[in-house]
Amino acid sequence: MSVERREVAPVAPPLPRGVVGNPRLARWVTVERDGTVTVRVGKVELGQGILTALAQLAADELDVDLAAVRMAAASTAEGPDEGLTAGSLSVANSGAAVRQVCAEVRALFVAEAVANLALDPDTVTVRNGTISDAAGSRRTSYGELAERVDLDREATGAVRPKPQHQARWVGRSVPRLDLPDKVSGRPRFIQDLALPGQLYGRVVRPPSPAATLVEVDTAAVRLRPGVRAVVRDGDFLGVVAEGEENAERAATALAAAARWHEEPTLPDEHDISRFLRAGPAESIPVPDPGHAGPAPTNPAPTNPGNADPGHADPGAAGRVVRRLRATYSRPFLAHASMAPSCGAARWAEDGTAVSVWSHSQGIHGLGRAIGMGLELDADRVDVRHVESAGSYGHNGADDAAFDAVLLARAVPGRPVHVRWSRRDELTWAPFGSAMVAEVEAGVDADGTVLTWSYDVWSQGHTARPGYAGSPGLLADTHRNRSRPTPPAVDPPARGGGGTTRNAWPIYTFPERRIHGHRALRTALRSSSLRSLGAFTNVFAIESFMDELALAAGADPVAYRLAQLADPRAREVLSTAAELGGWQRRGTEENVGYGIGFARYKDRGAYCAVLAEVEAVHEVRVRRLTLVVDVGRVVNPDGVRNQIEGGAVQATSWTLKERVRFDRWRVTSADWESYPILRFSEVPQVDVHLVDRPAELSVGAGEAAQGPTAAAVANAVADALSVRVRDLPITADRIVAAL
Amino acid sequence: MGQTFELTVNGERRQVEADADSTLLHVLREVLDLKGARFGCGLGLCGACFVLLDGRPAPSCDVPLWSAAGRTVTTVEGLADGDVPHPVQRAFLDEQAAQCGYCVSGILVSAAALLAEHPEPDESTVAAALDRHLCRCGAQVRMVRAVVRAGQAKADATGATATRTDAGGTGTGAGTAGVDAGTAGVDVFGTVVDR
Repeated sequence: MSVERREVAPVAPPLPRGVVGNPRLARWVTVERDGTVTVRVGKVELGQGILTALAQLAADELDVDLAAVRMAAASTAEGPDEGLTAGSLSVANSGAAVRQVCAEVRALFVAEAVANLALDPDTVTVRNGTISDAAGSRRTSYGELAERVDLDREATGAVRPKPQHQARWVGRSVPRLDLPDKVSGRPRFIQDLALPGQLYGRVVRPPSPAATLVEVDTAAVRLRPGVRAVVRDGDFLGVVAEGEENAERAATALAAAARWHEEPTLPDEHDISRFLRAGPAESIPVPDPGHAGPAPTNPAPTNPGNADPGHADPGAAGRVVRRLRATYSRPFLAHASMAPSCGAARWAEDGTAVSVWSHSQGIHGLGRAIGMGLELDADRVDVRHVESAGSYGHNGADDAAFDAVLLARAVPGRPVHVRWSRRDELTWAPFGSAMVAEVEAGVDADGTVLTWSYDVWSQGHTARPGYAGSPGLLADTHRNRSRPTPPAVDPPARGGGGTTRNAWPIYTFPERRIHGHRALRTALRSSSLRSLGAFTNVFAIESFMDELALAAGADPVAYRLAQLADPRAREVLSTAAELGGWQRRGTEENVGYGIGFARYKDRGAYCAVLAEVEAVHEVRVRRLTLVVDVGRVVNPDGVRNQIEGGAVQATSWTLKERVRFDRWRVTSADWESYPILRFSEVPQVDVHLVDRPAELSVGAGEAAQGPTAAAVANAVADALSVRVRDLPITADRIVAAL
Repeated sequence: MGQTFELTVNGERRQVEADADSTLLHVLREVLDLKGARFGCGLGLCGACFVLLDGRPAPSCDVPLWSAAGRTVTTVEGLADGDVPHPVQRAFLDEQAAQCGYCVSGILVSAAALLAEHPEPDESTVAAALDRHLCRCGAQVRMVRAVVRAGQAKADATGATATRTDAGGTGTGAGTAGVDAGTAGVDVFGTVVDR
């Protein structure tokens, strides 16, 4: 409830970007006669709980019960275009748009109620969707006015969203809206889709990335039971059949009928660092992000000369008494979604338009890329989002959708549902790039950093549909071998960068030189994986900080705090040390403690991790304590769930994961060759949120990745006095480092 | 080319016509339209397709129909008692023990089997019982907590005393998940099929 005396800005503040791009209110909101409010957003549910958080924001702005809000799945035909669901930006960006739109909708309904019922404009209120004034004798509701208020108009910015302290839903651990279906096994995922007249498609992929199709005899396959079409388009090969089993069997027969020419084109898996460093590469200088938080109120006590972070101290280099250097790396990592990618498509009978169902993180971009690949106008392709399992970045979702589009073209009017195999998912979906980072620091007599030099090499971290002027869809490259995929690119610095994400250390080093090097050739196809380059950069920076502290004979937490000015950073770091048992360090044999910290993308969530590990023959992470500052928390349990999950996943990356390949193909094609963390290996995870109600909300989804890796690596070093700088930290790697 | 087989699914005797070599997962999803068991790997290595076969957890992707014939199959859809969810389903909601939820069906049936045999398991027993299941989102901590909680809830319901875990976790500012019930809808699947 709130009194209708909203602040009306004399000059309207700028509208949120999502509203500028999609100004018509009706694109976002429909009020039904029964009082329910349908909210359409451009963001998609990936298991991260975003629709629940956005529903909370909408309910608050509209002053309706949360149960009155219905969140619609994203659709290019019906909903706003909000770009990708990525980068931990959904709460900040889509949240701002939803608040603005709902505030304007509420104002329109209130104005209609005042005019219609002669309510007192000074005391009119909205409560649970009912609109009345102080007298209370006349009242109406969203539902009653639904047909009188025309939302087909543009947002004006004349109304501001509610002050945050008036929130009823925001800040509460509202249960996820999607979980009841998932816990009871109801159909909900794209894999469960059963469209009227649905056929099933399967793709026969080449046996290796460079393989070309020499010949295929499709005649026998066409005669198999249920087969409706065999599609060959260049080196793209697939079948369409009635029934999933018929499609599977026909695909097996088709694979046997195809002859391919293969080449050993992949680099040496064991020397991927050299491949990345040898170039050619695009050099990316990393400037001071320039907004490392508010001015320090508590400058590092032992470092008065460094209290002005980020400003060069020209004399610093001259005071260097010692230089240290180290190199860190990670291998290619798979998204390894639990569900193989899936898509469905149906062409119009006349073949001029196609409807697509996809779990893409960017349905609008996917629609445009499909249009580009098939030379169709974008308005001839509509894409609807349907949930799948968590993707953690750009997995095979878009590719599977395009597979369905290509196969369905052979059977106009009939929907075709395509599901990848586990092998396809682990070998053909884009990977997170292998990376290597080299860091050198010059320190003074106390071991304090004076100069910092950092280079990081990587393939690009973005190859989303439409990138670099290409459709960026797997099957498109197989259809047309003269159109190979360009090397993956990186988001711009203002988007957080890719290779260089979090390459700028937050500490108060007087002099630093930081460069990224994005490879312009491709070992394995790469695209965005949760946190992009930040995982490796934070792992490298925070591992090296520990190495510097040990070289200086300093406590690693105190060493960091002495060179850290940002008060929010200091708070999460020292709280993690305190709650995570830092003081128990060194008291138990074979048990180690390690800290890792970063502020995601330099302006996102602060996250510090304290890892407790036991290392005898194998490394076992016993406990992770995470302290997180995401500003104003929309849904505390939702944030905690994201942080816990990120920490467990990052532990898996750090200890176990590595895409394997020989000179021909990726060889890690199942859960035995690409193992991930199991229930018996999962640590206890404790998450503590720092409450900052006055700060802007930032996303939580990627904040834990890098700090967790560093904390685990530092804890292993503490337990064994051995530093492993190349991930994953396996028993073999530890032995090799001894 | 299909044959007729009889099996008991979620308490009902069902006759299905399919190939003897069809997987049980295929029969459940495509013939009986029970979509709760999920396809994850097709090799019995991830746990997403698990069902109870004569009360024991089994990968339905790796069970041919002929070998399931005459046996009792319980899927996630069969865990509830009418409209009353199984205690472990209730506990998963109370603990918000999932992210994407794709792995949850299989984990729930394995957890139900564990609880039938060990009514009040501790955390390490739960983790061991679920070790054939993968969860990529990293929700295992919550899932283990939920299964332990379900055991305690059953014990409470039967008059035994048990100490509850703190449902809100250890964080500051915790609202206990599940109590701020507001049940807005997510119109996700409804928009899928043409209207």
